[in-house]
Amino acid sequence: MNPEGIRITGLMKRYGKGETAVDALKGVDMQVAPGEVVGLIGPSGSGKSTLLKCLGAVIEPTAGKMTLGEEVIYDDGWKIKDLRALRRDRIGFVFQAPYLIPFLDVTDNIALLPMLAGRPNNEARQRALELLKALDVAHRARAMPSHLSGGEQQRVAIARALINRPPVILADEPTAPLDSERALAVMRILNQMARQYETAVIVVTHDEKIVPTFRRIYHIRDGRTHEEAGEGRSFE
Amino acid sequence: MISLAGRDILHAWGKFVFTGVGLGLLIGVTLTMAGVYRGMVDDAKALLDNSGADLWVVQKDTLGPYAESSSVYDDAYRGILGMPGVERAANVTYLTMQVRREDTDVRAMVVGVVPGGPEPGQPGYLVAGRRITRGHYEAVADIATGFKLGEKIQIRRNVFTVVGLTKRMVSSSGDPMVFIPLKDAQEAQFLKDNDAIIQQRRRSAVNPAFNSPGSPGLLEALNASQSANPYVNAVLVQIKPGYSPDDVAEPIRRWKRLQVYTRAQMEKILVGKLIATSARQIGMFLVILAVVSAAIVAFIMYTLTIGKVREIAVLKLIGTRNRTIAFMILQQAVGLGVIGFVVGKISATFWAPIFPKYVLLEPGDAARGFAAVVVICVLASVLAIRAALKVDPAEAIGG
Ligand SMILES: Nc1ncnc2c1ncn2[C@@H]1O[C@H](COP(=O)(O)OP(=O)(O)OP(=O)(O)O)[C@@H](O)[C@H]1O
Ligand SMILES: [Mg+2]
Repeated sequence: MNPEGIRITGLMKRYGKGETAVDALKGVDMQVAPGEVVGLIGPSGSGKSTLLKCLGAVIEPTAGKMTLGEEVIYDDGWKIKDLRALRRDRIGFVFQAPYLIPFLDVTDNIALLPMLAGRPNNEARQRALELLKALDVAHRARAMPSHLSGGEQQRVAIARALINRPPVILADEPTAPLDSERALAVMRILNQMARQYETAVIVVTHDEKIVPTFRRIYHIRDGRTHEEAGEGRSFE
Repeated sequence: MISLAGRDILHAWGKFVFTGVGLGLLIGVTLTMAGVYRGMVDDAKALLDNSGADLWVVQKDTLGPYAESSSVYDDAYRGILGMPGVERAANVTYLTMQVRREDTDVRAMVVGVVPGGPEPGQPGYLVAGRRITRGHYEAVADIATGFKLGEKIQIRRNVFTVVGLTKRMVSSSGDPMVFIPLKDAQEAQFLKDNDAIIQQRRRSAVNPAFNSPGSPGLLEALNASQSANPYVNAVLVQIKPGYSPDDVAEPIRRWKRLQVYTRAQMEKILVGKLIATSARQIGMFLVILAVVSAAIVAFIMYTLTIGKVREIAVLKLIGTRNRTIAFMILQQAVGLGVIGFVVGKISATFWAPIFPKYVLLEPGDAARGFAAVVVICVLASVLAIRAALKVDPAEAIGG
């Protein structure tokens, strides 16, 4: 098994205490290799968002282990110190809505993180522009987010997630507001980027249109996952 | 490094400018209030400077002649002239009243001065016309009265011709001054009307003590003394070079049994007592305006921040430091304050000259005002910053 990528074992999450406690995750195992795009599918209340938040280092699991490459992130209640820096440097997020910063133009939305980290603005913008080219939105580089179409916004959001070359991208219903053509386009881009940048991509989705694109799918039900092979349909 | 605050302001500049202008008008009012106070202090100093006096000799145990009424015999100045270190001494009267001019009247402080001569009390310089040279019925007016050269004005019973115009000669309450000859001013202040004089003479005539056959001439003498007005409000003294005011004041106090104030003491009386209540009044206004400004900035910043919860959650999720977000809000609050201050300073400068009384906008006050605005904005952003720091990055992912 590839030691790189993201790997969780026996991950558990309990919300609250005592009688009202909810066990949202009851021992989840998952492993995604660099360059791979996997689906995470499950009914409402099954724990998808909870799992994504744990993977994204936004909330801490109650128990279980998570490793990112060689590095241990959580281990049965132990966690690394700076989860914020982990999110910033190692994880990319793509949301259902693009949630771009409305007062920054497309380039600066993408270049924001390295610029805030004190990298020279020019260098960060140069990198943003490369991503925009790769994602085929370079012609909108100086536009404000509110002037972009939904699909363009989502591509910009993907570029933002990629700016720090994170080993992991977490996508929460990234195609929900898009029609099937655009949804498939986004999936194609995610696959392409995963290969190009050696990124492990986890996509939470309800979207029937894109389900056939996954080679591997994790079904989650009542806080437990089981793995299944997908169709892995190509985009041609 | 990128300035999130600056970019947000540029993007939503309309909102910021409108809020800034609103805040700015408030700051303008605040600066003007401070200017009104400075104007009052400056008026008081102008009053003292323009009198040309080093010492004020007034009635014993009074704070006259500006803060309390004071009357001194009009021959006291002769004795004062003989005291060591006294260069000049001149009688002066002050009376605030409505000065009539055709069918309107103007509130003014009528000052009775010794005509001609270099005696203290006369206006220091004229912008038009000449000084009072005759003993009666000439006047020099501050241009703020609106009087013109050659115009006839009426003070009590007498009509005066305006022969000169002066500037920045105001009372401690900001009323412009009208200078007239001392004798006329004494009459204006102390002389009774004809009916009252007739009444008084009748009462004296029927009083056997004043009108007894054994002392002919007594009644005439009494009547004459009753219609004389041998009082002035103060004697203004200039001292000889080489003498200190305190050294000259002390013997006058001791030997003439009169109260003597030096320039420094007089300033203390005017600023510390005469306008002290007004100053506290203005101080109260300043406090309220500061609180209102703070409340406005706090409210605006809070609203703007709450409107950006989603963006803040995203920023936090992708790893932006709390510090960066707090700094962004802080910068915006201060930016708002700076816009407000600039608008306030401009509007105060614009409307200060239109005020009826002198409004003195001091650069020092503006600097202090700016510092206060910045401090207020920083304090006011605390609420918004707390709200922003409470935003949970998990909100960006949703349920
Ligand atoms: N903050 C919380 N406190 C308590 N219970 C929670 C909390 N968040 C989620 N839960 C519970 O955990 C379980 C899993 O929730 P989760 O949000 O992960 O579901 P989901 O799979 O994302 O559902 P959906 O598809 O409807 O978004 C649910 O029973 C939910 O009620
Ligand atoms: Mg969910």
